[in-house]
Amino acid sequence: MGKAFFIDTTVCTACRGCQVACKQWHNLPAEQTTNRGTIENPADLSFNTYKLVRMREQVVANKLHWVFFPEQCRHCVSPPCQDTAGEPSAIYTDEMTGAVLYSAETRSLNADDIIESCPYNIPRKSEDGTLAKCDMCNDRVHNGLLPACVQTCPTGAMNFGDDTDMRKLADQRLAEIKKKYPQATLIDPDDVRVIYLVAFDPKLYFEHAMASNTDVGLTRHLALKKMFRPLTDIAGRLMQA
Amino acid sequence: MTNHWIDLKNSDCILIMGSNAAENHPISFKWVTEAQRNGAKVINVDPRFTRTSSKADIYAPLRSGTDIAFLGGMIKYILDNKLHSNQYVTDYTNATFLVNKNFKFENGLFAGYDAKARKYDKATWTYQMDENGVPKRDLTLKDPQCVLNLLKKHYDRYDLKKVSAITGTSEAELLEIYKTYAATGADNKAGTVMYAMGWTQHTVGVQNIRTMSIIQLLLGNMGVAGGGVNALRGESNVQGSTDQALLFHIWPGYLATPTPTWPKLEDYLKRRAQSKDPLSANWWQNEPKYMVSLLKSFFGDAANDTNDYGYNWMGKPDTGKAYSWLDLFDEMFKGSLRGFMAWGMNPACSGANSNKVRKALANLDWMVNVNLFDNETGSFWRGPGMKPEDVGTEVFMLPACVSVEKEGSITNSGRWMQWRYQGPKPMGDSLPDGDIIMELGLKLKELYKEGGVFPDPILNLKWDYMTDHKFDPHKVAKQINGFFTRDTKIGDKEYKKGQQVPSFALLQADGGTSSGNWIYCGSYTDAGNMAARRGQEDAPNKIGLYPGFAWAWPVNRRIIYNRASVNPQGQPYDDKRWVVQWKEGKWVGDIPDGGWPPLVGPDGKADPKSKHPFIMTQHGFGQIFGPGLNDGPFPEHYEAMECPVEKNLMSPQLSSPTAPFYGTTSDKFAATCDPRFPYVCTTYRVSEHWQTGLLTRPQPWLLELQPQVFVEMSEELAELKEIKNGERVIVSTARGTLECTAVVTKRFKPLKIAGTVVHQMGIPYNFGWRWPESGKEESANLLTPSTGDPNTRIPETKTFTANVAKK
Repeated sequence: MGKAFFIDTTVCTACRGCQVACKQWHNLPAEQTTNRGTIENPADLSFNTYKLVRMREQVVANKLHWVFFPEQCRHCVSPPCQDTAGEPSAIYTDEMTGAVLYSAETRSLNADDIIESCPYNIPRKSEDGTLAKCDMCNDRVHNGLLPACVQTCPTGAMNFGDDTDMRKLADQRLAEIKKKYPQATLIDPDDVRVIYLVAFDPKLYFEHAMASNTDVGLTRHLALKKMFRPLTDIAGRLMQA
Repeated sequence: MTNHWIDLKNSDCILIMGSNAAENHPISFKWVTEAQRNGAKVINVDPRFTRTSSKADIYAPLRSGTDIAFLGGMIKYILDNKLHSNQYVTDYTNATFLVNKNFKFENGLFAGYDAKARKYDKATWTYQMDENGVPKRDLTLKDPQCVLNLLKKHYDRYDLKKVSAITGTSEAELLEIYKTYAATGADNKAGTVMYAMGWTQHTVGVQNIRTMSIIQLLLGNMGVAGGGVNALRGESNVQGSTDQALLFHIWPGYLATPTPTWPKLEDYLKRRAQSKDPLSANWWQNEPKYMVSLLKSFFGDAANDTNDYGYNWMGKPDTGKAYSWLDLFDEMFKGSLRGFMAWGMNPACSGANSNKVRKALANLDWMVNVNLFDNETGSFWRGPGMKPEDVGTEVFMLPACVSVEKEGSITNSGRWMQWRYQGPKPMGDSLPDGDIIMELGLKLKELYKEGGVFPDPILNLKWDYMTDHKFDPHKVAKQINGFFTRDTKIGDKEYKKGQQVPSFALLQADGGTSSGNWIYCGSYTDAGNMAARRGQEDAPNKIGLYPGFAWAWPVNRRIIYNRASVNPQGQPYDDKRWVVQWKEGKWVGDIPDGGWPPLVGPDGKADPKSKHPFIMTQHGFGQIFGPGLNDGPFPEHYEAMECPVEKNLMSPQLSSPTAPFYGTTSDKFAATCDPRFPYVCTTYRVSEHWQTGLLTRPQPWLLELQPQVFVEMSEELAELKEIKNGERVIVSTARGTLECTAVVTKRFKPLKIAGTVVHQMGIPYNFGWRWPESGKEESANLLTPSTGDPNTRIPETKTFTANVAKK
């Protein structure tokens, strides 16, 4: 069953408490930034930035909307990055929570392949090729705490809990919000453990809000890996045992 | 806040105007979101589309500084369409009062204006009295001189067309907002407002809030759950510091500051007009108890009835002279102040017209800067444009510890006094502010023992708030609550000397009690420290009062004016979200505004033991006509001191007739429609920085989010000035210039104002040259003017005119 996030962007105020809480819990250094003509910052995810609130000004039906998208790893149910890596000591899924986790061993992988395999363009590499991204605050979760970003959210945009509960909550909120925003939708709910609710077309929020076309995402490398999937799965289970 | 944060969830319609709650009070949106999910409409009116606007059901822009026109139009809409709450207005407000026949309003001015002195003689801002000295009322509301009809007449000019031409808000938007908000006039609906510095920091600041208060009274929204007029304070303890006399014109508990007009205590205590209406509680008639108890707290046993309880040991500022922030820095600029303690403040960045402030600091002999870190104020002498060799000011830095390193209370916007325990111990030599103040007092006492001009106040000062040579916040909190100074019998109950006073109803005017702030009486009783309570249980009415969590002044009342939430029989107008109700001979629910029985008894007759619900006003009624302010009993639209229009469409009076002016060489203003400064500019904060940024700019995670000062402008203005998004530009006013990064956005739009196009810009004020290290991110207050509200003298930093150009 595992855990899941439900991120209700319709109540996100982009206070960015989640962004700071993430850095604080993981003790990540700040980026050197400049104002780029937007208050969205840093410019992108990085080895030191796992969470980033994207902010876009969009005109829908002649009305201005400022839409916010707290971007983070989706902790895919079948993570292409894990498949691509095929190396359970580097990328693996926590059995209890479902968190997709990267270890220091990612340094031995081909980082660009892993990044390319991600349908949401999430992982980032350090200078030595080690990869990093959101780890679901797996250490907190194993100790009965909420992920730092969820803990800090003032409006209820960030939610976390048992997978079935979150899916139920997502369906409930979708039904509620559709009365106000008929185009509202859940993004890729069956494929991920981080379910976003958006009021408009996901593309208006951020170019990687939805999974990119799988043909593009399925690299030659990944296709190759998929062929050996049963084997890697067994290896994975052995590693965890 | 008349209500409190949690209560926002009870509202049917939340107007967020003059505040950017989502960005500057992020947690408030927990409750705004809950209200919205329960079906409430959220309306946001702001010059700029903000993160708050992004969550609003209705957003409309307005030209900065035109809120009275906007809201005056709403008053007209309510009255024209008879949407006001009739019974509430008749029974609980002064709408029925007959006003002095000589009162008038002509050509934008109220009766009694003295142009030379720029002030009003308020002699005719009064009511017609009956033979008993009680205001005459017309319950039929037909008399043309009754408040409601004067109100109608006053706002008759505020029609949609004119309001739209002033505000730039379209008529359709105005109408939609008026209609939506006025719907809360129904008995079972509640509307509330969340405002902050966007309303206060204007030459018409107080009147902005008055306009909304009138709307709330007309719609019966005062005293009810999900209603009220709610000021969102700009810092966690602004409410507490204001309660404790942060401002020059008040003493703790909102007692007036004594002046030489009242040379003796008796003169002061007898100055208030009393009510002759037996149904008016006129709560301020109790002031002598609070004043004498306060003086006892200052001077302890030394204060007694032979020496006016030390009344004349206290300094008395000159009658009619203002000692506000603007005035102090004006005097400092002129060289009449020699020393200055900047305590937890950063005036070099936070003060309006901060070029003037910085120059003023250089005129001092000495300055003590008490703060966590060095800031632009402590280091002003080496700041931009300063020549250290020319500055004679000696600066002392006293490092204070941070809030979490000390024990004590803060009082939040909802009037909740909340006790906080000490977290980590203070670092290095830093000390809690309390210790610094205590040591300062002890040293002054020591020096005055050797002699001095007037040693009595210092030598007699009660200064026993230390335990083991350290500041003891419990001792201070107990003193603020108050205790009996001798064995006292009240009714059939006896109190021993030294016992804590359980409630302000028991404070004495004869020196029998000592209390540092009457409104906090009840916060620290013999039962313990009420502010430290953490009860999780709601009150029986289940509207989120949580009376066992912390403590709210006064007397743990969570919603003030709550007896206006019931009909004269004591039954709630709204029985789903009732606040108080009269049940089996007593009030249940919240602590009522006084325990008197309802106005009408079970026999249907008026109960002579009852009192009108607005107990803090002289006559007991909510004041639609407000005779106490310096700039008029009804709010009137005036343009800001710097404005982009030649005429005030409402009257020949262009700007506030009573706003203060300062005449130094640093007090420059743009002319009306000055071609050098053609755009309206405003200032604000961002979520990511705190005040002038002293605590947040050195914090790398926060600086990462907001690294540079920026100016937001529309795509249209950027095109006009050939400014590219993200490039550095120079913003200039008559007072200064500021380099910023241009943020070109759809969230600002040019407005059509009386046939012309007006562009607006906005800049956050959270920056300063000390940090980030580049030294290039400066304060927006270099641009703002030193003028302000004629009542409070808060500066007009929200509306001024400016230019912008490529660097």
